[in-house]
Amino acid sequence: METIEKTSRRNFLKIAALSSGGLVLGFHWSDSAAATFKVVKDEAMLSEHNFNSYLSISTDDIITIFSPNPELGQNIKTSFPMIVAEELDADWSKVKVLQAALDTKKYERQLTGGSGAIPHSWERLRKAGATARHLLVEAAAKKWNAASLALVTENGRVIDKANNRSLSYGELVTDAARIAVPADVKLKDKKDFKIIGKAIKNVENEAIFTGKPLFGLDFYREGMLHAMVQRPVGFGMKIKSVDSAAAKAVPGIIDIVQFKNNVAVVGKSTWQIIKARKLLKVEYEPEGTVESTADHDRLFKELLNSKDATVRRKDGDVDAAFKTAAKVVSKEYQCPFIPHNPLEPMNFFAHVRPNGVELIGPTQTPDRARGEVAKLLNIDPEKITVEITRLGGGFGRRLYTDYVLEAAELSSILKAPVKVTWLREDDMSGGTYRPAVRYRFEAALDASGNLVGYKLRGVGMNSGNPTREDNFPSGAVENLLIDSVEHKSSITTGAWRAPITNFLAYAEQAFLDEVALEAKQDPVQFRLNLLEKAKKTPTGAIKYDIDRMKAVIELAAEKANWGKKKNVAQGFSVYFSHRSYVAQVAEVEIKNGKPTLQKITAAADCGVVVNLSGAMQQVRGGIVDGLGHAFYGNLTFKNGEPEQKNFNTYRLIRLKEIPEIDVHFVNNGIDPTGLGEPALPPTGGAVANAFFKATGKRLYNQPFFKQDALEGVQLGTKG
Amino acid sequence: MATYQLQINGKTLQADVEPDTPLLWVLRDSLGLLGTKYGCGIGQCGACTVHINGTAVRSCSLPVSAIGTKKVTTIEGLSEKGNHPVQQAWDEVDVAQCGYCQAGQIMTAAALLAKNPKPSSEQIDTAMNANLCRCGTYHRIREAVVVASNKITK
Ligand code: FES
Ligand code: FES
Repeated sequence: METIEKTSRRNFLKIAALSSGGLVLGFHWSDSAAATFKVVKDEAMLSEHNFNSYLSISTDDIITIFSPNPELGQNIKTSFPMIVAEELDADWSKVKVLQAALDTKKYERQLTGGSGAIPHSWERLRKAGATARHLLVEAAAKKWNAASLALVTENGRVIDKANNRSLSYGELVTDAARIAVPADVKLKDKKDFKIIGKAIKNVENEAIFTGKPLFGLDFYREGMLHAMVQRPVGFGMKIKSVDSAAAKAVPGIIDIVQFKNNVAVVGKSTWQIIKARKLLKVEYEPEGTVESTADHDRLFKELLNSKDATVRRKDGDVDAAFKTAAKVVSKEYQCPFIPHNPLEPMNFFAHVRPNGVELIGPTQTPDRARGEVAKLLNIDPEKITVEITRLGGGFGRRLYTDYVLEAAELSSILKAPVKVTWLREDDMSGGTYRPAVRYRFEAALDASGNLVGYKLRGVGMNSGNPTREDNFPSGAVENLLIDSVEHKSSITTGAWRAPITNFLAYAEQAFLDEVALEAKQDPVQFRLNLLEKAKKTPTGAIKYDIDRMKAVIELAAEKANWGKKKNVAQGFSVYFSHRSYVAQVAEVEIKNGKPTLQKITAAADCGVVVNLSGAMQQVRGGIVDGLGHAFYGNLTFKNGEPEQKNFNTYRLIRLKEIPEIDVHFVNNGIDPTGLGEPALPPTGGAVANAFFKATGKRLYNQPFFKQDALEGVQLGTKG
Repeated sequence: MATYQLQINGKTLQADVEPDTPLLWVLRDSLGLLGTKYGCGIGQCGACTVHINGTAVRSCSLPVSAIGTKKVTTIEGLSEKGNHPVQQAWDEVDVAQCGYCQAGQIMTAAALLAKNPKPSSEQIDTAMNANLCRCGTYHRIREAVVVASNKITK
């Protein structure tokens, strides 16, 4: 564990420099409550075993909290420590936060994805803080010969109010270390939270606004080689021939390496390898199927009528319900592949040596990276260290380890430290896209407009199950059939922020808007009625929380003044994903003769909001993301090759195009349920429904931008 | 290879690179100034924004041979103590999400305010529209430019 030791050492030196006495309290937190305290007296003892999983307190009151999970902008590096500091009653101004390296012995679920970090670690982090607090209080009680119950903690001090005395945590750490760790500790009542729920600034603000090297791409080491990899230009292709003579002649080029289906250009600097890369002559030939977007469009139609779909959920008798229906509504919705496009492209550093492997870079899944590199190189995972840098965005892309494996493989071939850098073009054509999917929704209404039958078929390209069969409105309809068909494509797909639901929610919420209209019901009331029905007479299993969904619907409607605004076309949407609930109202107004999206009001229930500043931005950012990709996101293919490779042809939403976004949180006090993704899925539906209200035209396929229905419709509030 | 003496952040820094090397890669690979980011390499995203004689320029699209004696300012040199009004505003408004685009955003905003300390909301939009933020921090970028403008003009 060479790197971890080194990292620990470095981090500790920082702490040691801060602490006057050089005395550091290490606190171990393993899965069980078997925590131990140790006082570390000198540098020689600062091995990883003396290192605290979550926090250490120095004799001069500096509290260092380790954040184990990768930070990609979800603000975990600020929120995690807030939770520890809350239970510890720490003085936030004295809290320092450090990114921990991968250590599966100390941390659980050291990954970022599925909006799961806070929900998973919530209790563990609270207990860590509360345990440390307990020991400090006991230490003070012993010192003063007072009853610990008579003591309170505040802002990093233990206070004996009756006797008007207090000691800082730093003054108590040495004694606290001798106190036995309790098997269980009492956690605070949520109403007493002082730090949780506040808007606390990102702990890395200063490093960011002064341009400190935080990201993977910023990692440089003396003597490291730069590598860039030419992958097949299209999916379903393989190398036929390589002519690297011209590339090799470029100054600074050290080697051209062919591995797997790739050719790597290796050199001394980034620009040199970029230049050489352009001179590489690689010919490809098909291997398996080479697909184009036009093929997919045809395929979608076939798959929608396929006889062998996988049934995902079946309630009642849909055939009968549709046969006897007074009215049937049937609509189809399609989305294209889209790349993740984090602004920092893929990159990783690897140094493979005979006695161990060092991996450094931006990954959402350090443990997976280690496991796969171990397999690739056929070595013991214990010999691999992973240091996690800050991630310049992830959106799901960095859950995958292809780029880590490339770095490891090249380093092992070249026997040198290597940083692999992807250009934007590589990033956009490198696969693991959000899959292209098409849905057909069908609703059967009886004569009084009740929804009596519901069908959904999802078909997609490498899409797995593109439905969420147990989501709303399942449970609220007696006769329901949800099934899916998958085409195995050569184009690789993966999790893209709010996997599947990022488009499914749009399609469903746009469809329900049409159904509500056919049923002659207000769209909000229509949803509330369905929820009421699911509650009173549920059909089959209900795997969402009816009351939580109802609460966000009502809050969004109230805050947006639903249905009461003049000259404003409102569209509604609500969705449950990743344990949380978000409802949105979009507002379109006619400006300079053009329908423009002015405002989105969002109501979110993610349980307890940990950091109000971070949470606000997660919701706004999620909405901007959902809006931008619904309007513009479009990756098309010709003969397996992506037709958009950089931001000149692949459009991302820009500052001028954003509407006002008004965010509200439901305050129900339940433990946090996650917020990295849930705000995104409802956006497309709310927006499309509002545009319909304003123009009478429905949007079906994404991106919205290229549809006739959108003529004259644009983003940007100025008209 | 050629040797360039560049005026960067008030210092003369030397780089031995090929003449067509974009300033971005000179900063990052040769000079260790890593605050300036790569996002697209084709002038579309603004992550690589620096000041050349006070004007916001995309360093990914500017060959080192074209710089001569012009003064280059990067995020590291925007202020000595990290307390340029724009940097302060970025902190107060807590703009950054992943943070990757923010050096470029700050450099674009600082160049705008240097020329026009009290920009209208349209002028802010026009200037800042040049920079992509994949995390969607646009609301806070707008707000922070106004906060910075108020600091400068008060
Ligand atoms: S990297 Fe220069 S504009 Fe994108
Ligand atoms: S903060 Fe992540 S790209 Fe702007």
